[in-house]
Amino acid sequence: MIREGSALPDIRPGGGRLAARFWNRLMLYIELMRMEFVNNLAYRTTYFTGIFNYSIQIGAYFFLWEAIYSGRKVLGGLNKEEMITYLIVAWVVRSFYFSNLDRRVAVEIRDGKIALELIRPYSYQMVKYARAFGEALFRIIFFAIPAGVLIYLIRPFGLPASWQNGLVFLLTMLGSFAITAQISMLAGFLAFFTRSTSGIYRAKRVVMDLFSGLLLPISFYPEWARNIIKLFPFQTVSYMPNLIYLGKISGVAALKVVLLQGFWIVVLGFTAFWFWRFAVKHVVIQGG
Amino acid sequence: MMKKPGLKDGIARHVVIFFHYMAQYMKTKMAYRADFFIYILSDLLLQSVNLIFLLVVFSKVPAIKGWDRNQVLFIYGFFLVPFGLYSGFFNHLFDVPEKYVLQGEMDRVLTRPLNAWYQVVVETMNPELLVGTVAGIIIMAYSGNAMHLDLTWWDIPLALVLVLGATLIYAGVYTFLASLGFWTEGNIGLMPMVYNLSNYGRYPMTIYRGPVRFILTWILPFAFVGFYPSTVLMHRYDYIGYALLTPLVGLISFAIAYRVWTAGIKRYRGTGS
Repeated sequence: MIREGSALPDIRPGGGRLAARFWNRLMLYIELMRMEFVNNLAYRTTYFTGIFNYSIQIGAYFFLWEAIYSGRKVLGGLNKEEMITYLIVAWVVRSFYFSNLDRRVAVEIRDGKIALELIRPYSYQMVKYARAFGEALFRIIFFAIPAGVLIYLIRPFGLPASWQNGLVFLLTMLGSFAITAQISMLAGFLAFFTRSTSGIYRAKRVVMDLFSGLLLPISFYPEWARNIIKLFPFQTVSYMPNLIYLGKISGVAALKVVLLQGFWIVVLGFTAFWFWRFAVKHVVIQGG
Repeated sequence: MMKKPGLKDGIARHVVIFFHYMAQYMKTKMAYRADFFIYILSDLLLQSVNLIFLLVVFSKVPAIKGWDRNQVLFIYGFFLVPFGLYSGFFNHLFDVPEKYVLQGEMDRVLTRPLNAWYQVVVETMNPELLVGTVAGIIIMAYSGNAMHLDLTWWDIPLALVLVLGATLIYAGVYTFLASLGFWTEGNIGLMPMVYNLSNYGRYPMTIYRGPVRFILTWILPFAFVGFYPSTVLMHRYDYIGYALLTPLVGLISFAIAYRVWTAGIKRYRGTGS
């Protein structure tokens, strides 16, 4: 939803050369990002109580992992310190890439607002991604970084294995955001076919929590499960970036993770594009 | 002033009213039958994440701080039983500060000749979440069977008393937090924090450090909604003292909370519009 009164750049189609149009579009998306960022500023105090809340949640897993490792050196290829770092980094970064696009899209579809979006002169998906990214940027500044610092002060955890690993890790964070946003978008589109939106959110959450490696490193799963998980984009969201942070994946292998993320972004992008076209037609037919 | 009815009439009346509310609730839900069942299924799915986590971890390690797979599953199963009751009936006490105090819904509730707390609970209940309780019983049965637990005559009555105590703890804690809304007139964001802390109760207390254990036992007594009572039901008696305190802790929590609630109601002045 675009709030009224906001200064949107002029994007009338057919207005000039291709480059100018592209520039117009880009400015539109940047403006949307900025708007979402500023909108969120109004709620920054709620975010601060959220940090304590989040820390309590991470704390439960911290105690659990500490207990699991008592008397053991290495599990699933990680020692205790690495596991604690894995856990904290996974949750802190999640507060950046986390996406509720499924909820937003599903509500618009369910309430019929989507009809209004369809007649607007921009790409529905791109607008959603731009706004989600604005919110993610807000969360990294007002949530992820303060949460990381707070947790570091309570319980110091490992820093990136090297500066190169740190850099590639930052790059994969963008990939994690994009893939999570795309999966959420696809999940949201399911609202075209069912009214049970809460079922959609929950199913997506379960799949993401278990198969992205947020709750458990994928190396903990039995081999048959790992072979199935490999076929999906989920483990490139949390598991693989965390291993880059820890230095378990470095150099060319780390860059390959970035490429793999790129591959999934393209695949998911096409899937979402076709799914959207199919679903919109479906809706038109249903609407008569 | 209303004439106070006798205790027996009072209870009967509340039960009858409960079924009336229940009937209305089912009507609203049955309008979208498929969605209702998907909602229930997805709630079970959400809970299964914790179960899968434990199963995967125990495929790698035989025990966590002296508690083996079946015992930890049993604790988790027991935890789900009062948790389901809480989710079904007390979770939406969450709405009190915002919906009932700030928006003045309490006006409507207070003009009716029925206990206000009871009205709020039956108005906001989601009894379908009791499936969590059923899931918990199944997990307890499975893990109890796997550890060759022999049921004795006192197991079932004791379990009922312990579940009741644990549920009263939830009711007490959430009633207390809801009542704070009468003073703060709006949400203060404590509830999600306490909710996250309540999840600490589903693991053996031995995994926590001293101060955390102290808080979970004596301040926000979530050690009594899962771990302590479940130990005695699996016939491990090293925490029997704590376990048998569960009903008492429940009664005390709820008694304190209910007094705060009453004080809050007295303080309530409506929205003035």
